[in-house]
Amino acid sequence: MDMNEIKEIFFQECEEQLAELESGLLRLNDGDRDPETVNAVFRAVHSIKGGAGAFGLDDLVSFAHVFETTLDCVRSNKLEPTQDVLKVMLKSADVLADLTNVARDGGSVDQARSLQLIRELEALAKGEAPPAASALEPAAPKAAAAKPAAVAKAAPVEPVVNEHGFAPVAFSFDDFGSDDDETPGDLPAYDIVFKPKSELYTKGNEATLLLRDLSRLGEMSIHCNMDSLPPLDQMDPEAAYFSWKVSIKTDKGEDAVRSVFEFAEWDCDLEVTALETGETTESDSDDLPMQPVPFDLSALDGELDMPLGVVEEEEQIAAVQQAVAAAEAASNVVQMAASASRAAASDKGAATAAAQNNAQQASSAAAQTIRVDLDRVDRLINLVGELVINQAMLSQSVIENDSNGVSSINMGLEELQQLTREIQDSVMAIRAQPVKPVFQRMARTVREIADITGKSVRLVTEGENTEVDKTVIDKLAEPLTHMIRNAVDHGLETPEKRIAAGKNAEGTVKLTAKHRSGRIVIELSDDGAGINREKVRQKAIDNDLIAADANLSDEEIDNLIFHAGFSTADKVSDLSGRGVGMDVVKRSIQALGGRINISSKPGHGSVFTMSLPLTLAVLDGMVVTVAGQTLVVPLTAIVETLQPDAAAIHSFGATQRLISIRNSFCPLVDVGRILNFRATQANPVEGVALLVESEGGGQRALMVDAIQGQRQVVIKSLEANYTHVPGIAAATILGDGRVALILDVDAVVSASRGQSLQLESSLAAAG
Amino acid sequence: MKKKVLTVDDSRTIRNMLLVTLNNAGFETIQAEDGIEGLEVLEDANPDVIVTDINMPRLDGFGFIEGVRRNEKYRAIPILVLTTESDAEKKNRARQAGATGWIVKPFDPTKLIDAIERVTA
Repeated sequence: MDMNEIKEIFFQECEEQLAELESGLLRLNDGDRDPETVNAVFRAVHSIKGGAGAFGLDDLVSFAHVFETTLDCVRSNKLEPTQDVLKVMLKSADVLADLTNVARDGGSVDQARSLQLIRELEALAKGEAPPAASALEPAAPKAAAAKPAAVAKAAPVEPVVNEHGFAPVAFSFDDFGSDDDETPGDLPAYDIVFKPKSELYTKGNEATLLLRDLSRLGEMSIHCNMDSLPPLDQMDPEAAYFSWKVSIKTDKGEDAVRSVFEFAEWDCDLEVTALETGETTESDSDDLPMQPVPFDLSALDGELDMPLGVVEEEEQIAAVQQAVAAAEAASNVVQMAASASRAAASDKGAATAAAQNNAQQASSAAAQTIRVDLDRVDRLINLVGELVINQAMLSQSVIENDSNGVSSINMGLEELQQLTREIQDSVMAIRAQPVKPVFQRMARTVREIADITGKSVRLVTEGENTEVDKTVIDKLAEPLTHMIRNAVDHGLETPEKRIAAGKNAEGTVKLTAKHRSGRIVIELSDDGAGINREKVRQKAIDNDLIAADANLSDEEIDNLIFHAGFSTADKVSDLSGRGVGMDVVKRSIQALGGRINISSKPGHGSVFTMSLPLTLAVLDGMVVTVAGQTLVVPLTAIVETLQPDAAAIHSFGATQRLISIRNSFCPLVDVGRILNFRATQANPVEGVALLVESEGGGQRALMVDAIQGQRQVVIKSLEANYTHVPGIAAATILGDGRVALILDVDAVVSASRGQSLQLESSLAAAG
Repeated sequence: MKKKVLTVDDSRTIRNMLLVTLNNAGFETIQAEDGIEGLEVLEDANPDVIVTDINMPRLDGFGFIEGVRRNEKYRAIPILVLTTESDAEKKNRARQAGATGWIVKPFDPTKLIDAIERVTA
């Protein structure tokens, strides 16, 4: 694993943490005061900061740091997570997500926004009310100044460190060795008195190791003071009896000397005295009971592999060995070995019990999920698709060769079919994901739009655990975002108007997802003013979409907003200025094999209903015959099928024909002619008409020769395997092994609007 | 013999970084995702040194260190705390819980190895 892979993991983790962060903040917003919720939110930001620091993502680190500080105030109950506070935090979560995306994909963030939030967060942490956004301008320099400071605080630490920081001490054994060769006389000298307390040892520190570290700084002499060592029978094995006096010559400075004792500074008495250069340390030795001995590093090595719990004694003995006669030390070693075996024996029972306990807990904590590369799942889905096709082919050929249909082969095949279907469903389920992440992103969109428009909006989500194929989810975000924008920007009234209309000043946008008959239905409703039908109608007349005297039902007027280039906003606002209309929304929903409808009640709001397939890998289609070719028409596009009556067919112009259905006329489109399967139009009476609804809500009757039946087919991309063919969405393989093309209904309908020549020429070019 | 390090951290990113850094430096690495798991694997792992995060779900670093120090067999094992904050308060709490030393995140590999070398024989 290299750093790039770890970085990839980091960004994956960021996404999870950001989701965790947002859902936690939303729970807090709903009044959840569980400390664990606050902790989880804090940890999410903390984790992002930690990882970002490791990769030097300074912008991310500095923002996360400020955010974390404020969250820490909430965690320690210094700051009440009121709605206002949470508003700032939710926005901060958005900025954090932006910064993460920028760190991964490049680009830039809205600096002003992030600086403003840093300021608001800092104000909250200080216990002030968040500064109003209007105060941004005068305060901006302060915020700008605050940011570099935050960066400096969290940026990768340089070797210069504050007094608590961990200085990467610039020593190595090579340096150590070369120091020996130099004449140390000119180096600054320090006297160190180091007296450990017993706490030093209980925290796993080791006087010997600290002295070893110290020895790496330069040439030193060491003296161990054992005056307080009691007689052996009075000795407390856990107490600290020794102190050391060290004289060292080093050019690393006093800070380096002190930093050796960094971990121990609370648990020892430490005096570091810088001596005048040239001053001899030997003068001190007069009051020492013994001559200082050179500290021999090698003498320590290999002697410390002793059982824990007796380290202090062992360490003392090591020191004793340095300083006193070997015979005296030998008796201590015996004593020490005895105590070591005692310690080991008393541990044994506890260890066994703990091990059993561990096994139980480990099994209950087993992971419930695994991470799988999406490519692998896709491959599996593809293979299962092939399996389904293969099974269908096998069934068909058995049926063809076995007319009575009761043989054991046939029964086995039926079971196979059922199993294949189950495997297919299970594999599809692997790709299924809850719509929650998309819904969460919408929460953010609502906040942003509410901010820009100055409206007060509450987003209510329902059924966010409803699952749908990941590809559908990925493609759902964009149209949904636009619809949310529309709902807040155009749907909801300003707070003043709402109050005037007797409504709550805060508007509600509701997003729900549910499964209905094998599809996912997503509803977006607002409690705004509803569609202003007069305005829409006038606009449509102005844009020549409808005749001035056209007689339209309410529903038809509502659906006008899905027409290309239609916008009811009188002026181009920040949002409408993004240049996407509801026609694009409708088209992207249709591209997913879905439908979208609107129903609106003036004064009470609008409801957009989207119905989408659960997966893009299979499709419910109607298998039809056109000019000897087998085609598949997506079932979702078909409103009804009918057998045209000669009396219902009317000619219109040179080539156009209309069909009269329940007293309304609908253009008749010969699919065979449009796709250039035949040179002349077929007789409608001999075929079947499929009434389809296409882009813009318009209906067309598609003429096909015959209907073979309804079938679920596995979609095979034409683009991936061949090339794009106008009028054709994709292909599939039928039970008899033949390839059938899946009709692109929208393309065929638009081709029928007098653009068939273009289609023909491009078809010819493609062929 | 390779020295064994037990790392306890809930972040996959940090776990992976620790793993790579420690393995490259010739340590044997055992990893746990939070304090509870850390205590669970302690006996089997039988580490020479422990590196732990503070902010973790289920059982945080403070609780984990206290748990280790209560264990007769491991009460004197060196424990290094990974901390993003350099403020004295956090360190003090870690120390009171029984931490041996600390490593300020973002750690660079040298710093981490130095700190481990510093507290192990």
